[in-house]
Amino acid sequence: MMTLIRQVLDAEQSVRTRDGAVDLANSKLVMDTMDEYGLEEALRLREGGIDAEVIAVGVGPARLREALRTALAMGADRAVHVETEIALDPIALSKVVAEIARQEQAELILCGGQQADWDSQALGAATAERLNWPQVTWTSALSLQDSTLTGKHDVDEGREEFSVALPAVITTQQGLNDPRYPTLPNILKAKKKELRSETLEQFQVQPMVKITGEEIQVKERLRKILDGKDAAAAATELLHLLRDEARVIA
Amino acid sequence: MILIAAEHANGKLSRSTYEIVTCARELGREGPIAILILGKDVVGAAAEAALVADQVLVADRAQFAQYDAELWSAAVAQIASEGEAHTVLIGGSRSGREYSPRVAVRLDAALLEDVTSLRFAKDAVSAQHYTYLARVTEKIETPAKTIVATVKPGSFAAAAPGSNHAEQFDVDLNLPERRVKVIGRSLEKTARISLSEADIVVAGGRGVGSADGFTKLVEGLADQLGAAVGATRAIVDAGWRPYSEQVGQTGKTVQPKAYIAIGISGAVQHLSGMSKSKIIVAINKDGDAPIFKVADYGIVGDVQQIVPALIDGLRK
Repeated sequence: MMTLIRQVLDAEQSVRTRDGAVDLANSKLVMDTMDEYGLEEALRLREGGIDAEVIAVGVGPARLREALRTALAMGADRAVHVETEIALDPIALSKVVAEIARQEQAELILCGGQQADWDSQALGAATAERLNWPQVTWTSALSLQDSTLTGKHDVDEGREEFSVALPAVITTQQGLNDPRYPTLPNILKAKKKELRSETLEQFQVQPMVKITGEEIQVKERLRKILDGKDAAAAATELLHLLRDEARVIA
Repeated sequence: MILIAAEHANGKLSRSTYEIVTCARELGREGPIAILILGKDVVGAAAEAALVADQVLVADRAQFAQYDAELWSAAVAQIASEGEAHTVLIGGSRSGREYSPRVAVRLDAALLEDVTSLRFAKDAVSAQHYTYLARVTEKIETPAKTIVATVKPGSFAAAAPGSNHAEQFDVDLNLPERRVKVIGRSLEKTARISLSEADIVVAGGRGVGSADGFTKLVEGLADQLGAAVGATRAIVDAGWRPYSEQVGQTGKTVQPKAYIAIGISGAVQHLSGMSKSKIIVAINKDGDAPIFKVADYGIVGDVQQIVPALIDGLRK
């Protein structure tokens, strides 16, 4: 079982930009919560009796090792870090992930449903296509028996129950489970676990999409906030504003 | 060729498809605009497509009665490659964003996700989209010959049907077997306008108090306005509302003309799904709630008093 680990800005922190690019130099970075769900699910499958290693895989700069150490402390058996400063887009990154999956003979890949920095939903699906595996996205419940995964996932207008034979890529979402915190003994144990470093060169991959600018466009809001102590009067005034000023209602 | 994979339902093209047509027309890249329609009983949708496209490609068959990422990506990639499409445009719905990466990999194309603008100039395609939970506007560019883009709903005006009747072609496809079996399904049907198509969205959070409170306040107000109904993650998790109504990072992203938030405090994950709305209206008892920072209009007060007063006012 392979779980993909990405490191992103803590959602509670505000984003800062510098010279037209997001500046993360002095920001707190954490494991993407979407990836925590994937890792937690893999750990639960293993604890439920699935005889398989849980490998945490990350592609990114040196500081990504912190997130991979966290993954080991949560319970992953070992970790692989492909170290690079190059920003790979999800389609390019999927090539690296698929290659590692082949090397490790993975049969199940768990991947975050939407990355909290890229707002991308592509990595899981692109990886599945490269491996010619099926995929299930936005999974909210998962179980594994005799190489068949069953579970629930969300689609455009509702929820489906599915079954799919391994190998497969599963993408996660909030609510899939409640990820554990690493305990102190496990943090200490994690220091002895294998965290292998690889270089990006061997994968022969180039980014296909270049970021040419990042800016925070805050839409100026009117912020006309009324006091609602007199509910009827406030409601009348709001309807007047929406009709005659904003012109959004008839 | 610019290939558009149509979104449609009940024999009609979805608004998103008309928006994608506008995106294709404004792209500035040569070639006919072809609309591909995958589905079962799509005669009506194909006829509508003929009024806005140069070509309509139709695959009307039982296999397409139900969406599947592998079937859809195989079909779209095959047609794109046979038609030598340099640009493939797909809706930014959950399913579109799910199968588009597979199309990009099959075509060895660059993928531009959830774009709000798309331009071809000087042998490169540039686009804008939102990142960091919709807090950052990112400009991206790719020199790739072939691109696949998903188009964010509500980012382009809907193209108006013209007087031309584009030719329709049936297509032959080599399709894989389905590997993901659907063994149960709960589709949440609503008589209301859908969240992605509505001009006004009325949404509720924990502050409405209960499932009944939601029905009375949020649905009551939406009824008066002909609006769609949205919900926060917290109350979907609490089982008050179906998942299909969830707005936010793990739900739908909307950008209506007016978003009316009732009893919603405004967590960053929720804001990422609605912060691009033209006008935001907030009603909440806590004046310090983050939702007021992004609101154009608001009332600090008891939603149980204020919303019924709004409903009364609209009835008059």
